[in-house]
Parts: sequence; C-alpha cells; structure tokens
Amino acid sequence: MTDVIKTPVGGQAGSILSSGLDGVLEPSPGSLLRKRIFGHAGLMIGGGVLLIIFLMAILAPVISPGDPYDQDLSRKLIPPVWHESEKATWEHPLGTDLLGRDYMSRLFYGARISLLIGFAAMLISGVIGTTLGVLAGYFGGKVDMVVNFIITTRLSMPVVLVALAVVSLVGSSLTVVIWVLGLLIWDRFAVVMRSATQQVRGLDFVAAAQSLGCSNRRIILSEIMPNIANQLIVIATIEMAHAILLEAALSFLGLGVQPPDPGWGLMIAEAKGMIFFDAWLITIPGVALFALVLSINLLGDGMRDVTAPENRN
Amino acid sequence: MSEIVLEARDISRSFMISQGFMRAKRPLHAVNGVNLKLHRGEVLALVGESGCGKTTLAKMLLGLLPPSAGSLELDGKPLASLSHLEVARIVQPIFQDPYSSLNPRKSIGSIITLPLQVQGDKDPASWRQRAEEIMELVGLPRRVYNNFPSQLSGGQRQRVAIARALINRPRVVICDEPTSALDVSVQSQILNLLQDLRQELGLTYLMISHNLAVVEHMATRIAVMYLGRIVEEGEAEAVYNSPRHPYTEALLGSVLTPDPSLGVPDTHLGAAYPNPLDMPSGCSFHPRCAKMMPQCAQQAPRPIPTESGHVECSLYKENEAKMRMTS
Repeated sequence: MTDVIKTPVGGQAGSILSSGLDGVLEPSPGSLLRKRIFGHAGLMIGGGVLLIIFLMAILAPVISPGDPYDQDLSRKLIPPVWHESEKATWEHPLGTDLLGRDYMSRLFYGARISLLIGFAAMLISGVIGTTLGVLAGYFGGKVDMVVNFIITTRLSMPVVLVALAVVSLVGSSLTVVIWVLGLLIWDRFAVVMRSATQQVRGLDFVAAAQSLGCSNRRIILSEIMPNIANQLIVIATIEMAHAILLEAALSFLGLGVQPPDPGWGLMIAEAKGMIFFDAWLITIPGVALFALVLSINLLGDGMRDVTAPENRN
Repeated sequence: MSEIVLEARDISRSFMISQGFMRAKRPLHAVNGVNLKLHRGEVLALVGESGCGKTTLAKMLLGLLPPSAGSLELDGKPLASLSHLEVARIVQPIFQDPYSSLNPRKSIGSIITLPLQVQGDKDPASWRQRAEEIMELVGLPRRVYNNFPSQLSGGQRQRVAIARALINRPRVVICDEPTSALDVSVQSQILNLLQDLRQELGLTYLMISHNLAVVEHMATRIAVMYLGRIVEEGEAEAVYNSPRHPYTEALLGSVLTPDPSLGVPDTHLGAAYPNPLDMPSGCSFHPRCAKMMPQCAQQAPRPIPTESGHVECSLYKENEAKMRMTS
C-alpha cells in the first residue's frame, strides 16, 4: 500500500471552496456563546431570579433579620412593612406568623429546603430516567420492550397518592421526601430521552462510529449524549420545578417537611386558616414558589436556545 | 486477476416483519443469496431501485449487520472471526448525506481523529499531524481543524467524511450514494477526488448508486440488483454496451436526457414495484419483464456465466450467452 502522500488530490477544488470562506471566519465560539447568553432576555431574567433565591438560601444565616424558629406569641401576626398598620415594623420586614416567628427568616431558610429537594430529586430521577431512556432508545428491541413496560407501570401510578402512601408508611423526613420524589418522577426523563435517542441513533454518524469499531459505550457517551443534552437540560429544569411543587403540595398536606422546619409549602399550609384575614401569610411564600418555578423554567428554555446547534452559526 | 479483498458467498439477510397484532411475523428477504467478489483496485458499482437490498448488503459488508446465511471474507479471512476493530481497519463507509454523517457536536479535528482514538493509536501526539496530512490529501484547508460541521459547506463536509474513512488507510471503501446529497457543481469534484484517492492509496470501491452517469464515470464493474439478488454482473463496458438482462436494459434506458423535448423515457417497467414480502414466483422480475416467457412464472433462472460476469435470466442458456457475446 502506498505510504504517506503529501500531494493534495483534487486540491484545486478544495482551494476554490476554502478561499471563499476566508472572510466569513467568525469570532471565537466562546465570545459568540457569551453574546447569545447576554442577549437572551428569558435566560437573564430566569438566571437572575434563581441566583437571588440561591443567594437567599446560602446566606440565610447572615441576612435573616431573626431566628426562623424563635417563637414569641406576644408578637404574633405582625403584618409586613408595606401594610398600613401601626404594628408593622422594620424589625420584621415581612411580618411574623401565627406563632410570632419572623416571616422573612422563615422564607430565607425555606428556600434552602425547596432548592435542596428540587435539585436532589431531579438528580435521582434524571439518572434513573436518562439511563432507562437512552438504553431503550439505543438498543431497541427487547430492551425497549422492558423499559416501555417499566415506564407504563410507573405512569399508571398517581404520583401524589403513592408519595402520600409511602411517606405515611415510612414517616416523613427530608431524605424520605427526596427519595420518594426522585424515584417517582423519572418518567418524563425516560420518555423524552428514549425518543431523542431513537432519533439520533438513526443518523449516519452513529453508523459511521459503529463501522469505525466504536464500542456501544463510546457511541452512547460521546456520539449520542452530546446530541440529546439539550432535551436533557430542558427536562431537568422542568422536573426540578415539578419536584419543588410536589414537595410544596406534600408539605401542604402535612406529609413533607415537618414543623417547625420552614418549608414554603408548609408555610402556606400553616397559614391557610388566615386566608381571609391575613392573606399576605399565604401570598408571600406563594409568590416565592411561583418566582422559583418560573425562573427555573425560563433558565431551562434559555439554555436550550443558546446551546442548540442550529443556532451555532 | 488481482487479489480478492472482499468476497461474499451466497449471503442472505431476512428481517422478521410484524403483520400486526396477534398475526404471525413474516420474513422479508432483503438480500437473497448474493455472490460478490471485489478485486483489489477495482470500482464495483451496485445499482438497482430503492428497496432492492443495496443498503442491507452494504451494512453486512461493513460488519454492522450479521448475514442470516452465507459467509463473508475480508482479505481472505472470514468476517465472523474478525473483531469490530479489525473489520474497521479493512473496510470503511462513506455515507450519502454529509449533513447527518458528521456529529454536529464535534469539531472537524476530533471527527477525523476518531478512528485513531478508537483503534487505540499509540501516539496521540502525532494525531494532529496525521489529520492534517489526510485533510490536505482530500483538499480541506488546515484551519477548519477546530471548526464545527455546521460551519462547512456540503462539499467540505463530504471531504471530512472521506478523510475520516481514509485516515487509517482501509483497503475497501463502501460508498453509499456519495454524491447524491450534494450540489451538482460539487458532485464532480467529489467524484474526481475519489478517483484520485483510489489511485494514490490503492483503494477498492464498492459504489452504491442510483445515478447511472456516476456509475459510468467511476465503475470498472457493474452489479445490477433486483429484489435482493444480483441479476447481472460484468465489466462496466460490457454491461453498458450490451446489457443482457431485460432489467438492466430498462435501467439503462431510464437515464434522463437534458433535452426536454425527448420526454421521460419509457422503461416498460410499469410503476408497480413488487411487494418484497410476497415475492413473485419463478423469476422475481417476470411481472414487469418486457420479454416474459411462459416458463418465467414457474422457474427461477440460474446464474449463467457471461464473458466477464454472470446473468440470471431464462432468455439465455448456458452456451447461448457466450454465443451472443461473440456475435
């Protein structure tokens, strides 16, 4: 066989093509990406709000005006400062709850719980769902049949009811809630990753990798995963928001975070008797929950937009 | 004849097709007893309609799909005894669509050096240099090394695919419609590149194509496939100038001319492609054949040797085929 050859073959054609491209050579990929990130309103708003909530959670011991557990019945139900009431005081900017605990401190500490549960449950369900989905989509056939059966079984179980049953059987704690949610909400990961993998698997570059002798492991990790990462990011954010809302619902029903821990869902539950008298008790954690879920979803959508390969040029 | 680099002996591949709920599955014979020999340095063109089994055959030759019957030999060794990596060193594909054959998430450099990575090449420091050598050989500018496929034109992408296939210097390249997804202006560049590379690197091509003009330009031998069988095979010139099989004749007659006043050529084939699940009895071509004889519906023709290959048609008897050749 001929050894290393340095003569360009068909070189003329190549040089004609390439000389046309000279002027179009773009700035570095990094600066382009930065430009797209900062030009994306949804991504910036979502990221900004999420960052604020994240800082609230991390810095809770530093920035809280009081102790979230400290009860003082003589100072209960102080309204927030914007209320037209002589009781409102800057000592408790968001007022106090039924037991006289500082509401702003409880809100800050509550952010920790929401973020922790959302992130951990998303991680667990993401690992389970992505593994099942990618294996089913890649191997097809019998593997696909088995995974489909597992997905269908999971989809036939009502999440809240199963979570309620398990939590009431095992008892409630943060760890239990995280595991129960993580083991329950992987279905969307599995369904989306399965169909995304099926699509990518049919493309020629996977066949090319196979005929290069790549192992299945290498093909899945370095050919398929990078091409379904977009969908994965979007599902991960949706599921994180989903887990946070589910946790709030469980706490509202008394089966999530246990008093006196400050969870946003629990705060809403504790205040539900006051909805007609001191609506801000429900509004404040409700708005916080809404802002968190919205910002996570905005962030996910934005990340998909700026990393999609069709936006690459 | 020079050495044989790839030989298929009587290979078949069938797929089980579901007929619907609670109905038994039926086999679809995509490739049905194909014999092929690829001699070193030749360009064998495989032509035939869509659905005749060309791509299935190519997949088997690449080792991506095990044949359900028959045996394959690469370089004199049975394909079943070779590992995926060994097969990959001998035979490589070039795909039709350069937009889907390159991973959009990888840079050109990592696409071209992937074969070196996979083969566990001992000397990673030399990868860049080897990639640049092969890029130069296929006419790609060096500076696209760090670009992504979406930044290249169709023709450049196909050059990247060719570079990836050739960096480990395979002996056989299976080109599945290598130009049909490209602009007409780029097609000839890629074909000329493939021709030049064949001479420089001593490659052997199996070229799958619908485009008979491409086949005429490239091929040294032609194999015509119909419903999973090779119905005629021979030297390119012989097949072009005196096609034996009525199907080959019809295919050659189907080439469109640039002159619109001539209209669309009539191939006498009719529009109906037979259902491959329910193959016609006897000669599988008989329902569409212009020269059908009464026995065609009952008796499947046997391969009859011609001067440079074979033909499967009841029109010819063992000696007759040779006689026509001399006349």
